[in-house]
Parts: sequence; structure tokens; C-alpha cells
Amino acid sequence: MDVSLPCGIYSNSYSKDLAIVRTRTRWTGLVVLMGLSLLAPFILNNAWLGWVIETCLVIIAVLGLYLVVGLCGQVSLGQAGFMAVGAYSAAILMDQLGISYWLALPAATIITAAVALLFGLPSLRVKGIYLAMATLASQYVIVWVITHPPFHKWSGGFDGLTTPSPTLGPIVFNSYSSWFYVVIVFMWALVFFSKNISRTRVGRAFVAIRDSELAAEVLGIHIFRYKLIAFFLSGILAGVAGALFAPYIVRIAPENFNLEKSLWYLGMLIVGGSGNVMGAIIGTIFIRLLLEIAVIFGPSIHVIPVIGPYLANYLAGILFGLVMVIFLIFEPRGLNRRLEILRTSYRLHPFSY
Amino acid sequence: MNFFLQLLVSGAMLGAVYSLIALGFVIIAKSSGVINFAQGQLVAIGALILWTFSIALGLPLWVSLVLSIAFCALLGMGIEHLTIRPMTGQPIVSVIIMTLGIATLFDSLMAAIFGTVERSLPATFPTGGLSIRGISLAYEYLFSFIIASAMVGFFLYFFQYTRLGLNMRAVADGHDKARSCGVKVGAVFRLAWAISASSAMAGGFLLGNIESVSINLSGIALRVFPVIVLGGIDSIWGCIVAGPIVGILEIMAAGYVDPITQGGAGDVMASVIIVLTLIFKPFGIFGQKHIERI
Repeated sequence: MDVSLPCGIYSNSYSKDLAIVRTRTRWTGLVVLMGLSLLAPFILNNAWLGWVIETCLVIIAVLGLYLVVGLCGQVSLGQAGFMAVGAYSAAILMDQLGISYWLALPAATIITAAVALLFGLPSLRVKGIYLAMATLASQYVIVWVITHPPFHKWSGGFDGLTTPSPTLGPIVFNSYSSWFYVVIVFMWALVFFSKNISRTRVGRAFVAIRDSELAAEVLGIHIFRYKLIAFFLSGILAGVAGALFAPYIVRIAPENFNLEKSLWYLGMLIVGGSGNVMGAIIGTIFIRLLLEIAVIFGPSIHVIPVIGPYLANYLAGILFGLVMVIFLIFEPRGLNRRLEILRTSYRLHPFSY
Repeated sequence: MNFFLQLLVSGAMLGAVYSLIALGFVIIAKSSGVINFAQGQLVAIGALILWTFSIALGLPLWVSLVLSIAFCALLGMGIEHLTIRPMTGQPIVSVIIMTLGIATLFDSLMAAIFGTVERSLPATFPTGGLSIRGISLAYEYLFSFIIASAMVGFFLYFFQYTRLGLNMRAVADGHDKARSCGVKVGAVFRLAWAISASSAMAGGFLLGNIESVSINLSGIALRVFPVIVLGGIDSIWGCIVAGPIVGILEIMAAGYVDPITQGGAGDVMASVIIVLTLIFKPFGIFGQKHIERI
């Protein structure tokens, strides 16, 4: 294991230096955290357990966004649309074709990845602003295709689709506590997957493209190919998130995957810190908590006279907008940076200036 | 044939209003290079503020219009000063995400204040319409077309022949070059945002007469994006030409394709135009091609 000293962490081999988890303390902490997370169904009541499941799914979706926006530097406003593809594919495959969920999940993932690849094609010709608009358009086109002919016969149009409960041998997953274990396993696996990407060849290419496309091209990195890979990977993650989402919420409808959700996911990534996996996770948890607090305390705010009786419903949106604007002005590197500063100042105490 | 001409004319007139709203995008993009994703919200805010002045407070229409324009201009300047100015030096993507955050904030704030009730502005235009050779032109569309065209024409004149317009074009060309010629770049930014917000309000006023006034007006932004993508983000002539084209395509799609797809074809047409334009002509018809020089 590496040696952790106040002046840094030191390794004595390349493989140790590259490791995802570098010190013994961190391994223990991680194992304890994973163990505690498995105990969640016994500690939390059903409503909070549902919140945790949904947060884990959003974490997976935001990790997909992290790969495209944070690692590769592109803009993607269509993540909720890709989740919709995943959820609807899984539901339709189970519902109409009677395929077992454990085959429908990979199939839905591959379908979503293909769709994400398709909508990543404009990244060859356009950057930044225009790519944002292309992915924005993709969000609307996907929802439109789902709700109108010819797909609306299978997808239930605007009414939505009911997903049958997945089964694994004798176990039927029709409660939050049983589904929680499936979701948490996938989440931890995909967190490690995302963390691993940044130390592979593909991940290094992503970072090179983000930092300077011109230099990356000069170095021989095939930019278009790696941008498409980034969209493909984000599609995989969005597909898994969507396919896991379908049995959780049972009845999926186009409203679950609208532009607002896409903007929220992007906001979660930015607020948390777009540069690393920890940022995506922290940002998601923070914003989800904020949303929950707004929902719980919204109805009890009657103070401000001008802002009328509709405040309760929209408090979440107002808080989210405010948080995003404030973070972008004062801490563009996100919550993760603040926490990193705190951790470093604790470690370097009393020399933390 | 009559149906076709009817759709053509309606589309062209709606397109003029789209041009006016697209002008707001183009002005900001020309001077500071930012695409203001909150422009749709500014349209909705303008319309709602106008409603507040004219119906909730009962002021006469002309007074409300002047007050609303002043309010929106101040709002635009406030947004620029508080949120865009602190982001100077940051990559352009961050500023765009900032405007997305502002858009979400305004959406929720306006919905919290006004709710989602559909309201109507005081009747400005006579009801009914003309009928030329079987094509009916509702007065609302006709007057909106005339007013929107007049405003766009005014802005063309403003940018081409007045000193202030020249200053703005200079800043669009290059901030440092303009500054070295004595143009106050910060003041030009503020002016650009003020003009943008005011023209958004005018667009909201016209749309509020055609449709109803509510926070849902901010959805107009999605229908106006194809105008700026097709016309070129930094070209005023682009949005003048592309506005009617997009309007016509949208109304035609709604007229001809809707029966097949049971509705909604007009809405998705906007996205389709965006994607096709970005694939074939990424900078739009009149946009400036950005060639990266090494």
C-alpha cells in the first residue's frame, strides 16, 4: 500500500501509483461505506428508501454525463432523453416481447448507446454552443419519437407504460427493498467503472481532447472517434440508469424524462464539480437533498407576500437555479473543490494557509 | 393550393415574430459571444410584466408598454452585471451553463409569482381579419407581422447607420480592437443585454396577443433556436431570412404531417431543422465560418 504523509501520498511502484484506491485507510473507509449502504433497507423507511434508489439511479446517469462533459469536455443536454430510451426499451422488451429482465437490461443498454452515438454524430462538425443545441434537439426528438406514431402503439404514447416486475428465479422484485440491492450493486460497479476510465488509454484521450483539441489532434489522437466513444459510454450509463428506473417507478411516462431533468442532471454535475467522479456523486446527493428539503418545507413558507401562493411547487426550481448561478460565479470547480480544500487544510493543520 | 398558400402566408407572418425574438439572441451573441438560453424566459417575463402593468394595475396600454420596456431593459442590464460580468475569462461553455441556470431560476420564479394560469393581454388589435382571394389573414398575425418587421428594420438601420450601432459592431468584431478605438466595451455589453431584453418583451407582447400570456411562453425559445442556427448566430440578415423560413416550415409541417402523426409535428420540426442544419451547414446560411488557425 502507499504511504500517506502530510506532504502527500507516496508509492513505490507504477501500479500502486495508478491504483483507484491508494491507501489502507481509504480502502477501509470504502469497505465500511459499502457495507453500510447494504444495510440501508433495514434502517430507512420505505419513502426514504425510494429516495435513495432514485438518487443512485441519478448518480449513474450523472456519471454518464461526467464522462462526456467532465472528462471529454463536450456539452450534452440530452441525458434524460437517453434515459428515456433505456427505460422504454427495457419496458417494451419485457412487456411486448416477454423477454426476461436480465436480457432486456443489456439489450436496452446497447440500444441506448447506439442512439447516443447517433446523436453524438454532430460532434464531428460542431463544438460547444452548437453541440449543446444538437443535444437539446435530441432530447425533444427522442421524446417525440416515443410518444408519436409509429412507436406509440408500443410505448403507450403520452399515457405511459407499465413495467412488469423482474424476476430472478424465485425472487420477484416488486418492492423497494428488493430492488435496492440490484440498484446498489450496479451503482457501485459503475462508480468503479467510471473511476477506472480516467486511467485507461481512452480516458487519457478524453482528457487530452478536453484540455486542447488541437494539441490532441497533433499528438495523433483521433478526435472524432474518441468523442463518439464518449457519447457511447454515456449512452451505456444512461441506458443502465433508465433500464433500472423502469421497474422502480413501474409506470414510465414521457414526463419523467423531460428537458427539465436533463438540465437538473447537468446542474448536479456542475455544482458537484465536473472534473471527477466524486464531484458527480456529491453534486447529485447535494441537489437531491436540496430538492427533498424544498418539497418538505415548501408548503410551510408563507412569509414573502409578493411571491404568491404557488411558491410551494416551485421552490425547488428556484433553489436549484440560485445554487447553480451562485456556484458558477463563486466556485466554478464545484463542491468537490471546497471539500478538497477542507480535507487538505485538515491534513496540513496547522500549516494550512 | 389554397391550403398551401394559407399555410405559407401564416408561416411567414409567424416567422416575422420569430425573427424579432431571434434578434435578441443574435444581438447578445454578436457582442459578447454568449448564447443566452434564458431568452425564452425573458419573452415570458416581458409578457407577464406587461400583463401586470396593464391588467393587474390597470394602466393604459401605452403607459404599460413604456414601463415594461424600461423594466425589461433594467432587468437585462441587471442580469448582465450580476451574472455574466463575473464570468469574464471563463470558457464560453460555463457562461452558457450559467444562462441555463438563470433560465431555470426565472422559470421557477415566474411560475411561483404568477402561477401557470393562462392570461390574456388587453385587446390591442381588432378582431377578425382580411380575406384576400380566399386566404384569411387574422388581424393579430397581420399587425404582429407589420410591427415585428418594423422593429427588425429599425434595428437594421440602428446597427448600420448610428454611432451606437457602430460601436456594437466594433465590439462584436473584437473587444480589444474596439477598446483601443475608445469604445466602452462594458457599456456596450449592458446596452446589448438591455436591447435584447426589450426586444424579447416586444416579442412577448406580440405573441401574447396571438397566444395567451403565461410562463409557457418560454417554450418559444425552442422554436426560435432553429432560426438562429439556420441563419447564423451572429448575423442579423440571417435571422431576418431564416425567421420566415422556419415559420413556414413549422406551419407546413403542422398542416401536412399532423394528420399522419396525430399532432406535434410542428414542435419536432424545430429540432429536426436544428439537427439537419448542424450536420450540413454548421454555421448557418449567413453565419461567419470560424476557421481555426494554428
